[in-house]
Amino acid sequence: MSEEDEDQAPPKRPRATPPPDQVLDNVLETVLQFLAAPRDRSAASLVCRSWHRAESATRVSLAVRNILAASPARAARRFPNAHHILLKGRPRFADFNLLPPGWAGSAFRPWAAAFASAAFPALRSLSLKRITVTDDDLDLLARSLPPSFRELSFLLCDGFSSRGLASIASHCRGLRVLDVVDCEMNEEEDDEVSDWVAAFPRGHTNLESLCFDCFTPQVPFAALEALVARSPRLRRLGVNQHVTLGQLRRLMALTPHLTHLGTGAFRPGDAAEDQGLDLAQILNAFSSAGRANTLASLSGFRDLAPEYLLTIATVAAANLTTLDLSYAPVTPDQFLPFIAQCRNLETLWVLDSVRDEGLEAMASFCKKLQVLRVLPLDAHEDADELVSEVGLAAISEGCRGLRSILYFCQRMTNAAVITMSHNCPELKVFRLCIMGRLQPDHITGEPMDEGFGAIVRNCSKLTRLSTSGRLTDRAFEYIGKYGKSVRTLSVAFAGDGDLALQHLLQGCSKLEKLEIRDCPFGDAGLLSGMHHFYNMRFVWMSGCNLTLQGCKEVARRLPRMVVELVNSQPESERTDGVDILYMYRSLEGPREDVPPFVKIL
Amino acid sequence: MDYGHVDVENLKATELTLGVPGAEETDKMPTPRAGSKRAHAGDHHEEEPKAALPAAKAQVVGWPPVRSYRKSCFQQQSSSKSKATAPGEVQKQEVPAVSVVAATPPAAVGSGGSLFVKVSMDGAPYLRKIDLKMYKGYRELREALEAMFLGFSNDAASVNPSDFAVTYEDKDGDLMLVGDVPFEMFMSTCKRMRIMKGSEARGLGSSKE
Repeated sequence: MSEEDEDQAPPKRPRATPPPDQVLDNVLETVLQFLAAPRDRSAASLVCRSWHRAESATRVSLAVRNILAASPARAARRFPNAHHILLKGRPRFADFNLLPPGWAGSAFRPWAAAFASAAFPALRSLSLKRITVTDDDLDLLARSLPPSFRELSFLLCDGFSSRGLASIASHCRGLRVLDVVDCEMNEEEDDEVSDWVAAFPRGHTNLESLCFDCFTPQVPFAALEALVARSPRLRRLGVNQHVTLGQLRRLMALTPHLTHLGTGAFRPGDAAEDQGLDLAQILNAFSSAGRANTLASLSGFRDLAPEYLLTIATVAAANLTTLDLSYAPVTPDQFLPFIAQCRNLETLWVLDSVRDEGLEAMASFCKKLQVLRVLPLDAHEDADELVSEVGLAAISEGCRGLRSILYFCQRMTNAAVITMSHNCPELKVFRLCIMGRLQPDHITGEPMDEGFGAIVRNCSKLTRLSTSGRLTDRAFEYIGKYGKSVRTLSVAFAGDGDLALQHLLQGCSKLEKLEIRDCPFGDAGLLSGMHHFYNMRFVWMSGCNLTLQGCKEVARRLPRMVVELVNSQPESERTDGVDILYMYRSLEGPREDVPPFVKIL
Repeated sequence: MDYGHVDVENLKATELTLGVPGAEETDKMPTPRAGSKRAHAGDHHEEEPKAALPAAKAQVVGWPPVRSYRKSCFQQQSSSKSKATAPGEVQKQEVPAVSVVAATPPAAVGSGGSLFVKVSMDGAPYLRKIDLKMYKGYRELREALEAMFLGFSNDAASVNPSDFAVTYEDKDGDLMLVGDVPFEMFMSTCKRMRIMKGSEARGLGSSKE
């Protein structure tokens, strides 16, 4: 949302004249309804007051990408007709334990209260990302949301348990979507886990999407099967790792029209449904009933029995565009015959256990690939090297349409990165994680400057960049000079000094999100970005050389910026230096509920 | 087994410091060392005791940037698969006070479901979680715990595993010594585990040690 001052009174009109822009307002609203893209909407709202009014009245999708940036009251005043609301909470580095828990534990509370009091009367869909939500919050929502409320999705959230899900299931009668993805739900004793699956109402449900892959306790299968059986509209189903292959087969028989399937363990188990299970049955489950034409996305494989991998090949060949194998440590010989079938893949997540050979094979078959993640089986700095520059170069040779890549490796060369920059001009997201910190090009011994420089120079559409390896100030000079479209930047253990940060802040004119950890950047570097910070959503700097004084200076000169200093080790006294600086623009000023390890300047 | 070579650098395993790595003389900038490579799935070779203790390396918080859920998913699999095969063992009831990191064979890993319990150790800054189903018996369990927790020793002097007692809280909430009941029964009744200093555990102990 813009920083515009909303409290100014509109200019007075002489009473006699009827408002001439009444008609214009109606026309505007009608036209603006067709404007969907958030950036277009923001632009439209800044044209003039009547456009602002019309856009606010017609905005249907509201994204509050920093929950602390605007209060629910303010959002409701401006966007009363919001149907879909997206709220994002913690900064991304919190995923890696860099932020102590409880940093903003009650940020959602006022929003829950607002939803409960129908502040957004047209609310149908709520998406929460990296937010702490309690069972009480969910219970409140469940009891007060109208029957028109349809979709609830949690991504990387925490703070709730099966009890909260049970409230939602039993009270939200019109629910179509319940997706719980990658959430860290609260631990519960076995006998305390609520059977939320059985809590859904009797009779047909409207469920179209039900995903609970991350739910740790076992869900009673009979209840799950019964729920699926009475959900004729189900198109997306993601089960957790307790669901065995035999049970999955039963669920699949009930859902012939699935477009997405999260497969659970993908291994036969001890359940009754696994008696007499064999490969042919599973093959049949995946290749019959027109499955090949509808199933487009597969994930799960949480405990993959590799001999069963090829049973999905017929589906893979026909229609599969999205595949998440990132929980399945497949070896190259298991992977090769399988990936040869996957001609239509556009999105693939794998583990580096497939090795360079697996990636080479993938590159030769998956010509339509757009999004790739190669995640580490052993996420440690000196783990065995499974993929290398060979894999990266092969990917760039084969997948020319690549738009987004996340690649974990132990070592890399500039040459391979430069090759990718030439072969994949469509790249929008380039995230390379050389797990060995400060690793230079392992063949030439040079820093990785030239590689990253080539990426920003040759990939003109690049909006997101994550760097790693040994980088000097030169790399940042390149990024600042050529990275004109870069909006999100992650930097770790890099650079020589303040000049590097200055290059970034003064060069990357579109920069919105900046995450820096453990770089030798100090106050001078930080202060070089004063002109730009209001255009940014947030800046995170941890483990750098900032001082209290420097941060105070920023806070003083930028009153609309909330400048938080976080102590990542709450037990020990930190007298010198700044541990974590997290600053973000906000319309609300400093928040009230501040834990003891956070200081707001 | 001699744990005297647990080096000072392990103390830093749980510290966060400011500044660039390399500014201090610790091994915060490890280069890949052949001797310390972790055995990978399918590898069979005799490991040096130190190399078999993943927690012994200086780990930087949040690096590599992989969510802890993912890290722990595969840590269990690779740590149990990395042990060399040995002839099958009879289930032993005792918990050996000092164990050599010699292998016990894990069967094929995983059959639907896992049994994660929290493990805390007195004096360690954070808890761990382990999947009890990964272990065939008390011996493997003990080895895994030692591998996980010995990096936390606060004491530069040699750490003797027999100083510690592994206890657990059962379904009734009682504190029990690990090793008294058959492993299967233990698995079904264990709610969480706690590694205590031997002095505290004396009241619980059997005379086997």
